[in-house]
Amino acid sequence: MSTESPSQQPATSPQIGVDEWVQRSGERIAGPGGLLRLADRTPPVLLLAAFIGIACAVPLLTSNGYVIGVDADTLLYVLLAIGLNVAVGWAGILDLGYVVFYGFAAYLFAELSSAHYDIHWATWQTVPLVVAATVLLGFVLALPSRRLNGDYLAIVMLFFLQMFNNFTTNGYAWNWLGLSGSHDVTGGPTGVTNIDPFRIFGHVMGPGPRDYVFVTAAGIFVVAILFHYVNRSRTGRAWRALREDPLAAEMMGIPVKWLSLLAVAVGAGVAGFAGSVNGAYYQGVFPDTFMFPLLITVYAMVILGGAGSLGGVVFGAVVVNVLLEILRTPDHARWVFYAAMILGLLAKLRPWRLLGALVAGVAVFGVVAHEIVGAVWARGVGGPIATGPTSFTTHGFWATLIRHWMVLPKNTYTAEDYRIGNYAFVIVIVLVLACTALKGWKRWALLVPTIWGACFVWETVLIEQNPVVRPLFLGVILIVLMATRPAGLFGKTRVEIV
Amino acid sequence: MSGNGAQKQPLLDLRGLSLSFGGLTVIDGLDLHVDEHEIVSVIGPNGAGKTTLFNLITGAYRPDEGDILLDGESLVGLPSHKINQRGVARTFQTLRLFLNMTVKENVMAAQYGHTRSSIVEQMLQLPRARREEREINAFAEEKLGFFGERLMGYRWNQPAYSLSYANRRRLEIARATASRPRILLLDEPAAGMNPVETHEITELIGKLREEGGFTILLIEHDMHVVEGISDRVIALDHGVKIAEGSFDQVATNPRVVEAYLGTSAAVTK
Repeated sequence: MSTESPSQQPATSPQIGVDEWVQRSGERIAGPGGLLRLADRTPPVLLLAAFIGIACAVPLLTSNGYVIGVDADTLLYVLLAIGLNVAVGWAGILDLGYVVFYGFAAYLFAELSSAHYDIHWATWQTVPLVVAATVLLGFVLALPSRRLNGDYLAIVMLFFLQMFNNFTTNGYAWNWLGLSGSHDVTGGPTGVTNIDPFRIFGHVMGPGPRDYVFVTAAGIFVVAILFHYVNRSRTGRAWRALREDPLAAEMMGIPVKWLSLLAVAVGAGVAGFAGSVNGAYYQGVFPDTFMFPLLITVYAMVILGGAGSLGGVVFGAVVVNVLLEILRTPDHARWVFYAAMILGLLAKLRPWRLLGALVAGVAVFGVVAHEIVGAVWARGVGGPIATGPTSFTTHGFWATLIRHWMVLPKNTYTAEDYRIGNYAFVIVIVLVLACTALKGWKRWALLVPTIWGACFVWETVLIEQNPVVRPLFLGVILIVLMATRPAGLFGKTRVEIV
Repeated sequence: MSGNGAQKQPLLDLRGLSLSFGGLTVIDGLDLHVDEHEIVSVIGPNGAGKTTLFNLITGAYRPDEGDILLDGESLVGLPSHKINQRGVARTFQTLRLFLNMTVKENVMAAQYGHTRSSIVEQMLQLPRARREEREINAFAEEKLGFFGERLMGYRWNQPAYSLSYANRRRLEIARATASRPRILLLDEPAAGMNPVETHEITELIGKLREEGGFTILLIEHDMHVVEGISDRVIALDHGVKIAEGSFDQVATNPRVVEAYLGTSAAVTK
């Protein structure tokens, strides 16, 4: 990076207020810097090709099934995020029923290609049919948008999601208006299993994630290009117009109700393809897959990346899924936790002296706490350190470091001392609240035990409980994002004139 | 004197229009017509029902009674976007631009009703979609060019929120004209403008008729604007037409003076 000499600045910048000055206003507004700017300037096709290339290179470079599996899962999420972005990012509709489309497609694919009904259609028949049916379902479920909008529509869409879950869970004894007798439609809580894999040109895909990486990547490539063109055409503009001001859009000749339906249905089409892949790849569909956690995850991806930006939501999907995957193993999750904490402090704390004092304070506080607890209650510092879902260690450089800084009750991971972590959790929350109430040096002083306490809760309770930690992390990320970049990483900040 | 329209059908014809919200009558049996190529101003004190009149014509509200005819065909009951496509476009008293879209996109979006390519054609960039896109672009540039240098060049790609207030007013008019209307409803185009800008807007409205070929129905509080360009002025009060005629006739009409200034003023006059 070359640095421009500041003395040159006044000579080249035009007089304030003249046309040229106004013209260059965009340069003066602090835009995204560094990598974000680079991404902004590269042609989208190149970015897409690079992304697809990297995603497809993974199964060629490694034979590690787990890594390839994460790759395939991530691509599936990318596809879902691209689909959700149509309604949420472009048309501004709070489409909380999106996961229904995904689930419906997965189930429909499962029933058309498994022993459940003993139907085994070919892939080239099922996938187009499933996509078409899901688009149709999109039109139907979006019908309330003709009368409702905003929060009201969101609640109705959420109701559809709950209804879908009830239907799939209880659909093993379905009775058509009491006329047909009990009939197994969805397989109930155990779902539909042994689904046929994709067969394309006689080639059987899978089992295993490898082939589905290529299928999904191809899907993303096609969908991203198609959507890129739609976004630049009259439909894309009309969607943005109705997001900005539905009333004005309607009065400018844009059929707002139709376009709302269309946005939901087009997004549903993508979910339809993703659902088919889901069925074939995992070879089983289950009711609880298509529920709120998935909805929240996909939404988080769209919001994190920047709703409305195609590249942004792809990026968001990758970041969120990879992060959630890392958090599965305590040994990896620990790195994420401490890195996030230090990055957060780096971003927020000025001046550097304060940061140094705080880190030193936390270190000293921990060592002192360790000594005091050790002297009073020997069992309190003899605990092991979680390294895997069920494995613990007391050895190694990092383990020694943590053991001398942290208080680890001996029986934390078994039973007796479990509650200590829970109590500490509550205390930490109280400390955080106190920190927000205090000002000046008192806040910095209180931050020391707060940070150490958070690390204590992390080491003794949370690190072992990835089902809790994963949504917690997602929440923290979104809160930080709302505070720093409300429009998402790649999203454009929207301006309103009051 | 304007004729009674026996030989020539008016472009916009409101007949016995009434609307009430609950017990409050906002428009009461209003008859109003605008002939092709005419500039008609609607004046009246605050709350007289002027903007409601626009909302009725554009389909935001549905009248309780009466009919709205555009070129002899009723607009009542049509959704707003259909009314726009028939040839009625409006601007808003409180600006309602697509703020986070670019200047050019605002004008391009308004052409939705006059383009036909389907979403599949756009996805695959089939010939019709590409041709329409080119046409939309050229038409938008033409419409923005109508405002001289104000909305040209680098401003095309700037977001609408970055424009000055006066330019946002101009952009709203540009957007309305881009939906290819026959009649333009302008809701206080000079509101909040300084005298120079007001003068400019007045000239612009004249130019819209002369060069753009639009018929114009105008709501305006600024009497300089009304006086300068109106063929005919209609005064409303409490949803009732209290006067109609040339500017001088209406301005000196005792009922109009009364509506604006109160009874005693009218008496002393």
